[in-house]
Amino acid sequence: MAPLLEMREIRKSFLGVEVLHGVGLDCNAGEIHAVVGENGAGKSTLMKVLAGVHAPDSGEVLIEGRPVHFSHPVQAQAAGVAIIFQEFNLLPDRTVAENVFVNREPTRRGLVDIRAMERRTEELLEEVGEVTFGPRTLVRNLSTAQQQVVEIVKALSLDARILVLDEPTAALAEHEVEVLFTLLRRLRERGLGMLYISHRLREIFSICDRITVLKDGEHVATLPVGEVDTGKLISLMVGRELDGYFPPRGTPEEVGDVRMKATGVTTALLHDISLEVRAGEIVGLAGLQGSGRTELARALFGADPKLSGTVEVDGKRVGRSPRAGINAGMGFITEDRKLEGLALAQPIRDNTLLALRSLGGKQRRRLPNTVSVQELARSVELRARSLEQEARFLSGGNQQKVVLAKWLAVQPGVLIFDEPTRGVDVGAKAGIHDLMRGLAREGVAILMISSEMPELIGLADRILVMRGGRLAGELPAGAAETEIMALAAADEPVEAGAA
Amino acid sequence: MSVRESQAEGTAVPQNGSATKTPPPAPRRRTSAWANTRTALSNSPATPVYGALLGVFVLAWIIVTIDGGTFVTVDNIVGMLQRSVALGIVSAGQTVVILAGSLDLSVSYVISLSSLLAAETMEGQTSNMIPAILAVLALGVIVGLGNGLIITKLRVNAFIATLGTGLIIKGYMDDRYNGPAGSIPDTFEDLGYRRFGVIPLSVFLLLLVVVVIYLLLRYTRFGFRLYAVGGDEEVSRLSGVRTHRTIIAAHVVCSICAVLTGLFLASRLGSGTPTVGQEGGYDLESIAAVVLGGTALAGGRGGVLGTIGGVFILAVLDNTFNQLEVNAFLKDVVRGFIIIAAVAVYARRTGTGRRATA
Repeated sequence: MAPLLEMREIRKSFLGVEVLHGVGLDCNAGEIHAVVGENGAGKSTLMKVLAGVHAPDSGEVLIEGRPVHFSHPVQAQAAGVAIIFQEFNLLPDRTVAENVFVNREPTRRGLVDIRAMERRTEELLEEVGEVTFGPRTLVRNLSTAQQQVVEIVKALSLDARILVLDEPTAALAEHEVEVLFTLLRRLRERGLGMLYISHRLREIFSICDRITVLKDGEHVATLPVGEVDTGKLISLMVGRELDGYFPPRGTPEEVGDVRMKATGVTTALLHDISLEVRAGEIVGLAGLQGSGRTELARALFGADPKLSGTVEVDGKRVGRSPRAGINAGMGFITEDRKLEGLALAQPIRDNTLLALRSLGGKQRRRLPNTVSVQELARSVELRARSLEQEARFLSGGNQQKVVLAKWLAVQPGVLIFDEPTRGVDVGAKAGIHDLMRGLAREGVAILMISSEMPELIGLADRILVMRGGRLAGELPAGAAETEIMALAAADEPVEAGAA
Repeated sequence: MSVRESQAEGTAVPQNGSATKTPPPAPRRRTSAWANTRTALSNSPATPVYGALLGVFVLAWIIVTIDGGTFVTVDNIVGMLQRSVALGIVSAGQTVVILAGSLDLSVSYVISLSSLLAAETMEGQTSNMIPAILAVLALGVIVGLGNGLIITKLRVNAFIATLGTGLIIKGYMDDRYNGPAGSIPDTFEDLGYRRFGVIPLSVFLLLLVVVVIYLLLRYTRFGFRLYAVGGDEEVSRLSGVRTHRTIIAAHVVCSICAVLTGLFLASRLGSGTPTVGQEGGYDLESIAAVVLGGTALAGGRGGVLGTIGGVFILAVLDNTFNQLEVNAFLKDVVRGFIIIAAVAVYARRTGTGRRATA
């Protein structure tokens, strides 16, 4: 029997540059098939060919053995292909039902049958076991994980048989990932074929059946999960063995004085948080989605107002704005680099100089007179055609390096990283980890929020765990995942001053 | 950590995940009819508009009464309604394009041109009424198609595209007309002056337009697509919405509302006038009414009921200023403040700030 989906010898060029050199891929009904590869390996382009966003230059797409040709996403939808991009295709100001049935609203006597629409959405939500929201909820008011469920429900309502998931767990907290996996397993039992694109290899081993590795626009291998381990997979992706997944930790001699000290920081969502980060340290900040990690980072940096509490950098109290934070020597690498980290339409050069240019004259005097953007770019190992390239054309990893360069330009003493390697490919990830450790070694105090357990465990010198807007506890370097989860997901509320 | 270890951990994830307690999901609210209505009310951007209208109305009542005038009389209120007709119709159309994420600055010129076209086609003959109305509607369709095609196919920003078509129409009128032209037969002047009981016929015209557009937005697939396109054009395109068609249709609806306004004004004036639209300032006034009515200027959120609330707020203000004999310049200063304040309040309510994350 023919597989549910087969793509053969797909070639695609953009502006005369071939990015897919005859790639093949297949997926069976009731299978979750991982597609992995570094950024630029051609995963996204291949998926966009499948989704009808790009038409291939040559090659065939077959569904149940029959060739299909898509030139518009709607044709792919009609053939049962649904793709859930990393950035959701949802309308925030419309309800769940309106989103699920957009452009396919059921009608009765020529008018939209809102009741039928909401009833069918309700049924679909029940079918996937989603009970936390209903069809009338505005998408704007849903969490990322809930919005993802809306996307999946939308795909199911289209009778999708092939579901493409692009980095589905990138924006989810650990416990939400499990909920998603339960749902995906249920869909697998129903006979859906799923293509699962992810950088998180650990998750791939726990949910996928087969793995296809792409590299530089070519098919490298397709293997059942049982026949490959993480090390082999990474070597297939990057073409070399990565022996040290993480750079070595700091030695006690490298840890210096307290550079950032927060005392009793309280906001609408945070309760009495006190912490210290020393020069030379990378402090991990763990917690479930909604535990207040990003809120803490924003409050420390001055991006959100504090109800009470103080933040000191190098013994001096920091004012109440991001500008004050920067002036005091802080840098904040935000979770969403496209929205909060980069001016996307501006060239690399201007992005790199963004924070520096905003500094007042007094602060500027502590910095050297001339700053070389080339040197900054080199220090973060940025790979770009030229410094005049617009930031939006860079890969995720390189965008993150530009954000980092922006902060290095002001020579900060404290750096806060919020999900430093989210949506970044394996090779660039290791590079960013090395850069972070290098900065710590030079005396920078680093606070790192991460939802990726290996990153927390492998990189941090100690790990603070948040729960319900409070610090729930502190764990030493290399703490086990179970210890972290035990603190992060315990039932009882944190007692004041437990940390 | 070595690579092997991380894989071992990977396989440990399921048991680990199920062993840890996740916060229990909030129980599904079983929604009663009232709860549904309440949700709809709190979701509807029109709700605060009518609150504001009520506030402005009561305030005006108090101020005018203290000043020694009369505010809540049948005559005065009917007068306010009547003076809302022209702005109301054109603003209803403007709502449709703004919801689609577009904008129409040509409406005031379209109003003037349609008043001329109507009056010149009628030339005082009752028998010419139907051809005149058809001609004016055709004008609306043509201008709307033109605006929509320029915006979608030539990818000209709506602001510039409609400013351009407006200027073209203005230039044509400046060249051809020096003053009022054509004449309206008495029968057609009924539209402007006839009353049923105390209610002017024209108020029913406004009501008709609002109801049609309300139904269009709320219960037709065109309406759903309009909100989708205005909310996010790319999302809509990927969902199969023919976005260009939707935007073009929105412009046709808007221009038709503009020519209806022109017809109404011609019936009031008895002839066509090349400056009636600009003098009324219907381009910016209608946008102000839409925004005052809680519709997002970026599109995708709002509705025609809010717009009408916005039009009434402006009418109450006008009436109050006239009764108090406030000087015209101060009037604009106050209106300016109110529009800015209203939008600032809406921005706070919708809270389009950053989303909540971990």
